[in-house]
Amino acid sequence: MRVWGFHLAVVALLFGLQFVLPPYHFTNFARIMVLAVFAMGYNIAFGVTGLLSLGHALLLAAGMYGTGLAISVLGWAALPALLAGLAAGGVMALAAGVLALRTAGVAFMIVTLMFAQAGYLTILYFGPVTGGDEGLVLAQGARVIGGVDLAADTPRYLVALALFAFALLANLALVRSRLGRVMVAMRENEERSRMLGYNPFAVKLAALVISGLYAGAAGAAYAVLFGYVGASFAGIQYSILPLLWVLLGGAGVVLGPLVGVLVMFYLIDLASGYTTAHLLVVGLALLVLVLFAPKGILGSLRERAWPWLP
Amino acid sequence: MAAMSLLSARGLIRHFGGLRAVDGVDFDLAAGQIHALIGPNGAGKTTFVGLLSGRIPVQSGTIWFNGQDITRLPAHRRVALGLAYTFQITSIFAALSIYDNVALAVQRLHRRDLRAHSMAHLARVGLKGRADQVAGTLAYGHQRLLEIAMGLALEPRLLILDEPTQGLANAEIDGFKALVQGVVGQTTVLLIEHNMEVVMDLADRITVLDGGRVLAEGAPAEVRANRAVQAAYLGG
Repeated sequence: MRVWGFHLAVVALLFGLQFVLPPYHFTNFARIMVLAVFAMGYNIAFGVTGLLSLGHALLLAAGMYGTGLAISVLGWAALPALLAGLAAGGVMALAAGVLALRTAGVAFMIVTLMFAQAGYLTILYFGPVTGGDEGLVLAQGARVIGGVDLAADTPRYLVALALFAFALLANLALVRSRLGRVMVAMRENEERSRMLGYNPFAVKLAALVISGLYAGAAGAAYAVLFGYVGASFAGIQYSILPLLWVLLGGAGVVLGPLVGVLVMFYLIDLASGYTTAHLLVVGLALLVLVLFAPKGILGSLRERAWPWLP
Repeated sequence: MAAMSLLSARGLIRHFGGLRAVDGVDFDLAAGQIHALIGPNGAGKTTFVGLLSGRIPVQSGTIWFNGQDITRLPAHRRVALGLAYTFQITSIFAALSIYDNVALAVQRLHRRDLRAHSMAHLARVGLKGRADQVAGTLAYGHQRLLEIAMGLALEPRLLILDEPTQGLANAEIDGFKALVQGVVGQTTVLLIEHNMEVVMDLADRITVLDGGRVLAEGAPAEVRANRAVQAAYLGG
């Protein structure tokens, strides 16, 4: 009860923030919530199930281009295009997972990294359709659902919040479910899990597909809410970022991804106000984290004060 | 294959390079018994049960379980058929609660009343009061008990216990013997064990392995009287 109440309170807090946030931060928070959905998906694969993927940009881009191309090439309306992006994330995760899960550990990292690079290069190769390096700007007229213009600040914030809230509560339900327990078991001791009758391949594939649906939903929402689809989101940076967000916020903690994205976003935002070497600041922050709180912000909090935090 | 056997193996072979770990073993296990598997160090006991449980692939030979050829089935499918294995080196989920450890075994079988079933299995090994404790913080003897509770929670037709009393104190060994005697009737037990006292007290039947082959098989008294067995153990 306390657990659900706490997470609902976080959603309520984010709802309330729209009335006090200045415009600049208002847009930032919409972006943070969408990226947090991506990070939650990463957390389900990495934090919960122990799958260290270095190719999640592929899944984000699948959602983004699934939606973007449905709008720009096929002329679909925003709502079916969003669903196309969601499905693209899941299908891409299934296809990549069936192959990549034949490996484990370092080999899994390398294979996922290579898949993502292949996806990135594919996007560049089909430049005339995908916009290549420059990407695609989605027309404002295509970013409307039921007469509501999602390019406007308040609807954008509320749609981002709705997506985030649904993703958060679904994530919470997942980690408290039987499947969630088996996913954690795979992370902790795969051989023992197998000798309890669980098929590691099937469980890890399920985790990856769920993760892909999250990444796909985030990519799709990003395309519609911010009107831009670009190859940079398929690059290596967007495979590494979710790993850093999750480590910073707390791997395996349901709210960890939100905290990680939020802190990293404003760390970069603040640092770039003072220096062009803002990545140096990020690097130092991560060093401090590794040295003093290796379980991340919420992971450390759970260890020291809030053992009930899922 | 013998029709009455719960498990039968014929001509099982597994070599590792030049090492003939299991070298042509025929084996039959009758349902409802406690069957012990003994032999000197390096006799191939753990490799042999690795072949039975599916953790190690069979090189040649056939295994039947409950009338079904399981030779090529992956380990998790064999567990689902009712063949459970508890690890020689304690292999619990150290970071999870004791409850979660057992619930993982229970939840595949029971859609409902997960908590009640899990607690019943914990009560059986005397760990009910510690359900919320992190498993890795248990004393070694209790971790062994948790390992056995996880095996029993699978409600297997055959429970393979790989050196379950290793590292236990004498009082704990007595508790373990009572526990295993208590499950006869519900499951068949294949016991790999070094402690001869435990073997002689518990086993209905004993198979002796040496050098990857069956050296002797029979009731405890027969095996004890067997000169070849004495030679293998005493180096005579």
